[in-house]
Amino acid sequence: MSRRAKVYLGAIVIAFAGVTWALMRLLREPDAAPAPATETAAPTESAHITATLYYASSDGRALVPVRRDVPAASGVVEQGRQILAAQFQDAPKPYVQVVPKGTKLRAFYVTDRGDAFVDLSGDVVSAHPGGSSTELLTVYAIVNAVIANLPAIQRVQLLVEGKEVDTIAGHVDVRRPLERDATLLRDSQTDPKLKTQDSKLKQ
Amino acid sequence: MARTRGALVALLCVALVTPPQAQDAAPAPLTLVSKDGRRTLPTINNGGREMIALDDVATLFQVTVREDSLAGGFTITYRGKTIVASADQPMASVDGRIVSLPSSITRSGRRWLLPVEFLPRALGPIYDQRIDLRRAARLLLVGDLRVPRVSARIDSAGPPTRAAIVVTPAAPVTITNEAGRLVLRVEADALEPVFPVTATGLIDAVRVGDQPNVIVVALSRQAGPARTIIATADNATRVAIEIPVAESRSPAPEPRLPTTDPRLPTPESSRPVGLEPRQPLQTLAIDPGHGGDEIGVRGAGGLVEKDLTLDVARRLRGLVERGLGIRVILTRDDDRTVPIDERAAAANNSKADLLLSLHANGALSGSPSGAEVFYDRLDREGEAVRLSAAAAISLPVISGGTRTIDVVPWDLAQARHIDASAMLASVLEQELRQRVPMGQRSIQQGPMRLLSAANMPAVLIEMAYLTNSAQEKAAAGDEFKNAVAQALYNAVVRFRGYLEETSAP
Repeated sequence: MSRRAKVYLGAIVIAFAGVTWALMRLLREPDAAPAPATETAAPTESAHITATLYYASSDGRALVPVRRDVPAASGVVEQGRQILAAQFQDAPKPYVQVVPKGTKLRAFYVTDRGDAFVDLSGDVVSAHPGGSSTELLTVYAIVNAVIANLPAIQRVQLLVEGKEVDTIAGHVDVRRPLERDATLLRDSQTDPKLKTQDSKLKQ
Repeated sequence: MARTRGALVALLCVALVTPPQAQDAAPAPLTLVSKDGRRTLPTINNGGREMIALDDVATLFQVTVREDSLAGGFTITYRGKTIVASADQPMASVDGRIVSLPSSITRSGRRWLLPVEFLPRALGPIYDQRIDLRRAARLLLVGDLRVPRVSARIDSAGPPTRAAIVVTPAAPVTITNEAGRLVLRVEADALEPVFPVTATGLIDAVRVGDQPNVIVVALSRQAGPARTIIATADNATRVAIEIPVAESRSPAPEPRLPTTDPRLPTPESSRPVGLEPRQPLQTLAIDPGHGGDEIGVRGAGGLVEKDLTLDVARRLRGLVERGLGIRVILTRDDDRTVPIDERAAAANNSKADLLLSLHANGALSGSPSGAEVFYDRLDREGEAVRLSAAAAISLPVISGGTRTIDVVPWDLAQARHIDASAMLASVLEQELRQRVPMGQRSIQQGPMRLLSAANMPAVLIEMAYLTNSAQEKAAAGDEFKNAVAQALYNAVVRFRGYLEETSAP
C-alpha cells in the first residue's frame, strides 16, 4: 500500500469515526434533553411567581385563598416543591396556618396521569390538633395549593413518611388522590373583611 | 264508481307531490336554541343520514349563499369568510381549511342537503357565535348558553315512589309542588334531558315543560304531596324526590316525637302475622370516635375526645334502648384502639340501619366553637356507583320479602345511601340546634373515611370544640352530654319516621 493510500485510508477511518460519534450523539439527544432542566432548576434570586396559598380564616372556619410571592422554578416538580415550602411557612396575619407546625415535605412527584404525590413528614399527624373540621382544612389547604397553582395537576395523593395512610387525624379519607375542593373556601363575597390578600413572603 | 276513481287520482297526486324523503321515518326536528329564543330546524332522513336543507340554514343563520352551477357546488359567505362545498363531497373548505363531514353534501331536486354536522364543523368556525350540536337531545345551541344535562331515574316504585333528578353541571333549581305534578325550574337557558323514564309507581312521566328550562314530574292520581331535597355536590345538583300515597286516613305525615311508649302497636299492625312489614329501624350503630392510643382532641383543661365520645354514646344507647326498644351496638364499649375498617365492619355486619359516629372537634386557634354534622361526599367513582342501577340485586328470602345483596365495593358502600345521609344530617342539625350551640358551618360534606364504608345512612357528629376553653368546660358536664344524647335520640326518632314513610311495604 502506498503512503498516499495509507493517508487516504486514515482520513476515511477518522471521518467515519467522526460521523458515527455525531450520529450517536444525535440519537442520544432526547435522553440528554431533561438534564439542562434540572441544572437550571435552582431558582434565580429575583424570579418569583404569584401563587395562591390557603389558610384558615381568622375564625378558623373556612379556607381563604391568599396570593403570595413564591420563588419561581423551572418544571412542575420543582415549582410544586417551592409552593408547598411556602404553604408550610407561617400564615400571614390575620390567617391561621392549618398545616401543623414542623410539617416538612419529604418528597413531591408527579405521575403521567396528572396526579401529584405529596409526601409529608410524620409531624402532620403527630402535631395535628384533631377534629374533622381542621383535618378537612389541613388536607384541602395542601391539595388546593398544589392544584390551583400547577395547571398540569388534577389530583393530589397525600402520603405520610412515604406511605399511604387512611387519614391524617382519624376522619378524612386520604387513601385516594383528592381533587380540589371549593366548598371549604370563603372568599371576599361572603365576608368582606376577609378579602383575598396580596402579601410578600419573607425570604 | 266515479267517486272512487276520483279519490284514487287524488291519492296518487298526493303521493307524487310528497317528496320521497318524507316516506323515510323523518327524525324529530332539531331545536335551535339561542339567546333570542327557540326555533325548529327540520331535518331530512337521507339514506340513514340526517340532513338539513341549505335554504333553512341560510334563513336561520343569515348567511349569503351563492350557487355555482358550473362547478356543481355552492359558497356560503358570512362576514367576509367563506365556505366552499361541492356536490357529492364529504368535505367543505372553510375559510381555506378543509373540514371533513360524515357524509356527502347532496342535491335533491332543487335543494341542497347538508349533513347536520355541517353546522358545528363548517359553519361554526366562521360564525361569530359558538354552534354546538347535541344530537341526542335534538338541540342545536348557538352562542354561549348554559344548557346542563338533566338525568332522571326512579329508585323505587314504592309507594312512596323515590326518584332522583341530577343536573350537571350544577345549577340552582326551584321546585313548586302543583296539583298532580312537580315543577322543577332550573336556572339555565335550556336543558339537555336524558330521561327515558317509564311510568313507575306514583310517577306517570318526567318530561321537559312548556319552557325550555323546566322539568315536569307528572304524578298519578294517588300521589300525595311530594317531598324534595336539593343538594349540590361535585358540580352536580341533585334533587331527591319522594312521593307518598295521598293520605286519606291521617293528616300529613308529621315527624313522630317520642311518646311514653313508642312500642305501642299502631293501628296498622292489625294485619295477619307474617305479613308484618320489616321495621325500617331495627338496629342503631353508635361509633364512639377514637379510643385507646388514639385520644383524639385534647382540651387545655384535660378533657379528651375519646372519653367524651364513649360517655355520650353510652347515654344515647340508654335513651334509645329504653325509648325505642331497638338493638343498639357500639363500635367500642371501652377504652381501646379500634381501626376504622373494624368500626365500619361492626356496623355493616350487624346490619345496622343507621350509624352515628360521635366526635369532638379541634382547631388550631381557640375561637371556633359549636357542633357540626358531617356526611360523606362521593368522589367520581362513588358517584358512578350511586348512579348505576346495578348497584344492588334483590333476592327473595324464605321468610318472605326480598333482601338486597350489594355488589358495591366495600369502601364505596355509602354511595347508595348518600341522599338519606343528607336527610339524616339535616334532621340531626335541627335537633342539636335546639339544645346545644351550633357552629357556623353546621352541616358539612367531605370524604369521610368511616362514613364512606358504611352501608347505611351515616353521619359524623362533632359535638363541640374542645380547643375552645368555654366549650371544653361545658362538654365536661352532665348537662351538655345529656343535651347532646337527647338531641341525637330525638333525631333518631324523627329519622325512623322518615324511614317508615320511605321504605317500601
